[in-house]
Amino acid sequence: MASLKFNNVYIKDAFSIAGPLESEGQIHKYDITLDDYYYKEKTFLDAEIKMQRVVIENLLYRNKMNKKIDLLVGGELSNQLTITSFSAKNFEIPFLGMYSACATFAESLIIASNFIESNMIKNSIVITSSHNLNAERQFRFPIEYGAPRANTTTFTATGAVGTILSNEKSKIKLESATIGSVVDFDQYDATHMGAVMTPAAIQVLIKHLNDLARTTDYYDVILTGDLGSIGVDIFQECLKKYHNIKIKNHLDAGCEIFVPSQEIYSGASGPVTLPLVLFNKILKNKKYQKILIIATGSLHSKDTTNQKKTIPSIAHAVSLEVNP
Amino acid sequence: MNLDEYKKIVDNLTPKENKSKNALVAFFTGGAVGVFAEIIVTILLHCFGVSRSESYLWTCVIVIFLSCLSTSLGFFDNLVTKAKAGLIIPTTGFAHSVTSAALDYKRDGLITGIGANVFKLAGSVIIYGILSAFFFAILGVIFYG
Repeated sequence: MASLKFNNVYIKDAFSIAGPLESEGQIHKYDITLDDYYYKEKTFLDAEIKMQRVVIENLLYRNKMNKKIDLLVGGELSNQLTITSFSAKNFEIPFLGMYSACATFAESLIIASNFIESNMIKNSIVITSSHNLNAERQFRFPIEYGAPRANTTTFTATGAVGTILSNEKSKIKLESATIGSVVDFDQYDATHMGAVMTPAAIQVLIKHLNDLARTTDYYDVILTGDLGSIGVDIFQECLKKYHNIKIKNHLDAGCEIFVPSQEIYSGASGPVTLPLVLFNKILKNKKYQKILIIATGSLHSKDTTNQKKTIPSIAHAVSLEVNP
Repeated sequence: MNLDEYKKIVDNLTPKENKSKNALVAFFTGGAVGVFAEIIVTILLHCFGVSRSESYLWTCVIVIFLSCLSTSLGFFDNLVTKAKAGLIIPTTGFAHSVTSAALDYKRDGLITGIGANVFKLAGSVIIYGILSAFFFAILGVIFYG
């Protein structure tokens, strides 16, 4: 399948919540910041559900769009997508749950955009979230267990981001998208997700550029999801070696959230990382008008890594245009 | 991109763990735990009049209690992350893994939560500890009668 072109899909609004460590990092413009991981709930699971619910409520309220949303699309990392389903039950909006790990946000954007482009619906909310302690518990060790970590480890960001996609014209146009395929480069290390996801990012970037006959210079910024500081090196090295592309306008969302003094190993990860940086840094900076986001996801579970299986990965690319 | 070349690129660009530094840190923190335990033993011997063999037992209980308490208070995990093997290998690591698992599953119920998961990490220490004790006991009988 070739890349998709969209003519009438626009981003109307976005709302973000960021966790306690994220709000002490590089970006200070989040709509809501949390003081603690519980968000006044009893469990971390409830906290993440509440984050998603508050994001959707705020989007509906701020844009006066109650009952005008035709579709809710989204997902996060939890098993069986329970968190998104539990937050969606608060709204009477038709719901599609998505999963492609940390690439979930881009996948959801593409699905919602297709409905809007084909005039089946007018407005859609795309939602994603992650919670460091829910991810720790599901993918790694018990929360209070102080496991020694490798330098390559990334730190799941805490937060929730929702955005309204609409066919009504606005400043930000969702212009094209490329759906990536699952790749497997024989990587086994779940603590080194930068190495796992880089081949997927490269594959979808090259496909996107070829399909639309563009070069990397066409974009003001190419924002990858959560490769982390070591993943960025591998990404740039591989692009240079195999595709002869010296990329100058590349940012990685994983490296844009925390500051080094927070000792977060090689950067942030999680589905919320990319939208947090996109909506609170990139889109708030007038310098960037042509933006390519490449969300990358590592498709493993605790079972597959315990059974020593390789880790496949996926990436999706979405191109945005900002008209000042 | 071929697989072997990609693996080489990944290996070249991934910073190596400083093993000797880790070993040194573990040596000193593990040693510090030993010194701390020895201090307790001495206090028990001289201030409470406990016999030497009993004082070891008490020390073990005290060290386990302290690591459980500090895990529950939420700062022991940061120490373990820094000290690594220095705190994981001694009995402190066992206590830490059990308490952290219990805390993690406290909302999942007494049976399906805490009961089923408390030995999630420590279970392998118990099972292989018992197994190796069994085999070493046999060896002991064979060689020393």
